[in-house]
Amino acid sequence: MDDRTRLLDKYSARVYKNRKEHIISLEEDASNQSITANTRTIPGVMTARGCCYAGCKGVVVGPLKDVCIITHGPIGCGYYSWGTRRNKAKADEESGNKNFIPYCLSTDMQESDIVFGGEKKLEKAIEEAMDIFDPKCIMICSTCPIGLIGDDVQAVARRTEAKYGIKAIGYSCEGYKGVSQSSGHHIANNGLMKYIIGTGDKKPTAKYSVNILGEYNIGGDGWEQERILKRIGYDVVSVFTGDGSYETMKNAHLADLNLVMCHRSINYIAEMMQTKYGTDWLKVNFIGIGATCKSLRDMAKYFDDPELTKRTEEVIEDELAAIYDDLEYFKTKLKGKTAGIFVGGSRAHHYQMLLRDFGVETIVAGYEFAHRDDYEGREVIPTIKEDADNKNIETISVEADAALFKKKYSDEKLEELKKEMELDAYAGMIPDMKKGYVVVDDYNHFETEQIIKTMKPDIFFSGIKDKYAIQKDGVTSRQMHSYDYSGPYAGFKGAVQFGHDVTMSLYTNAWALVTPPWKKTPMLQGTLTGGEK
Amino acid sequence: MLDMTPKEVKERSALRINPCKTCQPVGAMYCALGVAKCMPHSHGSQGCCSYHRTVLSRHFKEPAIAASSSFTEGTSVFGGRSNINTSVKNIFDMYDPDIIAIHTTCLSETIGDDLNSYILDMDIPEGKKVIHCNTPSYSGSHVNGFTNMMLGFMNYLAKKSETPNGKTAIFPGWQNPGDERELKRMATLMGVPYIMFPDHTGVMDAPMTGSYEYYPEGGTSIEDIKSLGDCDSVLALGEITCTEPAEYMEKKFKVPYKLIPMPIGVAFTDAYLMALQMASKNEVPKQLEVERGQLVDLMLDSHQYTYQKKAAIFGDPDTVIGLTSICLEMGIIPKYVITGTPKEDFTRKIKSMLEQYNVTDCTVKANADLFELHQWIKNSPIDILIGTSYGKQIARAEDIPFVRAGFPVLDRYGGTLLPFVGYTGGIRFVEKVTSALMDRQDRDCTDEDFELVM
Repeated sequence: MDDRTRLLDKYSARVYKNRKEHIISLEEDASNQSITANTRTIPGVMTARGCCYAGCKGVVVGPLKDVCIITHGPIGCGYYSWGTRRNKAKADEESGNKNFIPYCLSTDMQESDIVFGGEKKLEKAIEEAMDIFDPKCIMICSTCPIGLIGDDVQAVARRTEAKYGIKAIGYSCEGYKGVSQSSGHHIANNGLMKYIIGTGDKKPTAKYSVNILGEYNIGGDGWEQERILKRIGYDVVSVFTGDGSYETMKNAHLADLNLVMCHRSINYIAEMMQTKYGTDWLKVNFIGIGATCKSLRDMAKYFDDPELTKRTEEVIEDELAAIYDDLEYFKTKLKGKTAGIFVGGSRAHHYQMLLRDFGVETIVAGYEFAHRDDYEGREVIPTIKEDADNKNIETISVEADAALFKKKYSDEKLEELKKEMELDAYAGMIPDMKKGYVVVDDYNHFETEQIIKTMKPDIFFSGIKDKYAIQKDGVTSRQMHSYDYSGPYAGFKGAVQFGHDVTMSLYTNAWALVTPPWKKTPMLQGTLTGGEK
Repeated sequence: MLDMTPKEVKERSALRINPCKTCQPVGAMYCALGVAKCMPHSHGSQGCCSYHRTVLSRHFKEPAIAASSSFTEGTSVFGGRSNINTSVKNIFDMYDPDIIAIHTTCLSETIGDDLNSYILDMDIPEGKKVIHCNTPSYSGSHVNGFTNMMLGFMNYLAKKSETPNGKTAIFPGWQNPGDERELKRMATLMGVPYIMFPDHTGVMDAPMTGSYEYYPEGGTSIEDIKSLGDCDSVLALGEITCTEPAEYMEKKFKVPYKLIPMPIGVAFTDAYLMALQMASKNEVPKQLEVERGQLVDLMLDSHQYTYQKKAAIFGDPDTVIGLTSICLEMGIIPKYVITGTPKEDFTRKIKSMLEQYNVTDCTVKANADLFELHQWIKNSPIDILIGTSYGKQIARAEDIPFVRAGFPVLDRYGGTLLPFVGYTGGIRFVEKVTSALMDRQDRDCTDEDFELVM
């Protein structure tokens, strides 16, 4: 029985029929293998997934530090997304020295608001927020009941703009929309594209400028990336959205190139900016030493400037020298271990690269909310069938902006470049995995248990909901959403921190104390009569 | 930290900033985790269930299992019957609990899903149970959700037979397992046979064994919940959380109840012991008298560091009532006492306690939030802040010593294993508060005032 069969073995026929499409065991040539993704979760399976609101407010717009985000709904959703995601942010000049990250703003809807409608309360809440905080941008994030009772948050946003002369966006990101957080990412992307990107005119200061898309600065990852990029001489115009701001996003269209970290949560903006402004996007990965070097070299190749290439190589050499000893040490501790990873909208892919730097193979991986293209590559997009759940999520179409559209290269030159790098393209996670490894989409608690028992990875990377269950099974478990409150893990310094943290969790002394001595020493001699246990 | 909070307090009627409460369903989920072999189930969008499991795991550092009906847009239009039926089938198939405890969400409440009739029509495997309660997120707070889930279990399961079981039902209210364990120890020492409901010991503080179980050994058994109607009396702790379940027992089963505050501090723990004594007619054993004496001794020994220090106390109403009581016993002035839960009983109770100690010039407010608490502190400072992890922002912004207590504590380890209730819990609390104040004195004083002996 292979690992996949064992994973599915205990399911009833009903559940088996659904789940078998979401679990694949990779063959030597996986290019013909396809996985089902971005479809409804089976009710009751204890999925790890969250909701549309979590994807919009929690993931994409939550990290914007100079925006007052008002959660429109009962108190819970705002409360749970308050200060819990580690999207680090510092007030600075660009954010008008404002930082609203430590705040939770909610309309705290009561029964009467549900019965009689909540628009008036929302407008009053905005008035109070304006009075107290005087922000330049307000975003309204809707929770489940809003769509049902018919509050029009978009109309409220328009009225807010007219009344206060600020930017306001109303998001209809009710939790039930779509099948996971993914729908919320898409809705958030649409709003940023429609209302913010392209409204500024502050030109980049350096010769080469970039935006980092899909980098949420968990544990300071974005800052490590910016540190390296600035060392080479790039101007980072804006980051979507870790330590990001309304004020910098406005100018995103003036950058030369978009770097895409988390493909799932932000690919819509990358694609739309290409159509509207001609900005190319490069799929980068700053998680992993080899991956970081490759991403930096791809960027240099894209800009095709000998001076930049030289500087890139100098920085790489210097950074590698600085971490060499640590890296070698952690390799000796980690080489040969196996891992399972379930996180993010590219992270389950990215972290395999970092683990490989340390000699760790990822034998099982997957996502909560990915689409087929995140697994199999963007070539499959035309073959993805739309279903009712996806159709409910608005797709906006943009056109080339007559004044601002500017292509850097001719189509021929772009084709050349595309042969060498993932330019305007992403090949997905699967090509970087090996034969026999297992990919699981929309994993659940039950399958996690099966994976731990049958595939026996040495370490399992996922989230807080799984962490303690896995650990209680005697397997090292680290949270990859929050980095267990450590980080950064990106770039060169981050790789060392990651190596340190994984080593620490695998080797911590308390593991040796789990079994009490009286369970290891038989009280009576000669009681063992064979069998495995 | 919290640099955008102005000193000037402005009246707000619509905008909640930095809440001191969350929504009902998480309380229902936590309550259900205190029942043996129970799978809590959230009837709504996936995100609710995910958020609740997350906050519970972050507080307890333990797995918190629960399933979801995974509503989609279609479900929200056509109703959740099909989703809950599928859920129940799958949960029994995959996770094999003895009972599924369903709570609603603002979504299923708004569309008006009728769980009563759904459950009546369900195919439930032989010997298994499915119960539910309504927890509309748009009314009350997480504390009400806890209460509602207690009522849900009792509605579906509790019975009165001809034979009394000779036991006292102890309703601990919303407690950590460390507190529940201490309450049980005291009941045992007093010789009171009891049923504690709910009971998270063993479940939300499960030991490391090297083998994970969906249902660790612990939790109130279904048999015990069934037999609640046969109890001699109810001892309900926490007047906000437990009033309704206690009244239910009297109304439905004619089981008389005694309702007392959460036993934090000397007086409230005394009340707990006296109530236990009423049940068993036993004398208070020497051991408990010693513990009481130790707590009072500690308060007297350390009083000079706590006397007339000003505190802000915030959190869930019953917890805050208990914490305010022990603070008053320590000579501390509770300058600001707030809860986010909208319940005016809270302010009445706190005010009567303040009167008893002749303490004036205090601000007491239910349905309050941490933003206004912070603003009050900016206008008139305090010496110590006591409450959940969300206070750490204020403590840092205003540089105030901070003691964590209540739910949730997301940023410290081990606290849920230890009590604040009972005399031993009181000792823990006094030690924490006194040390926080003394550490501050040590940090701030000049070299010549720096004392070796204190």
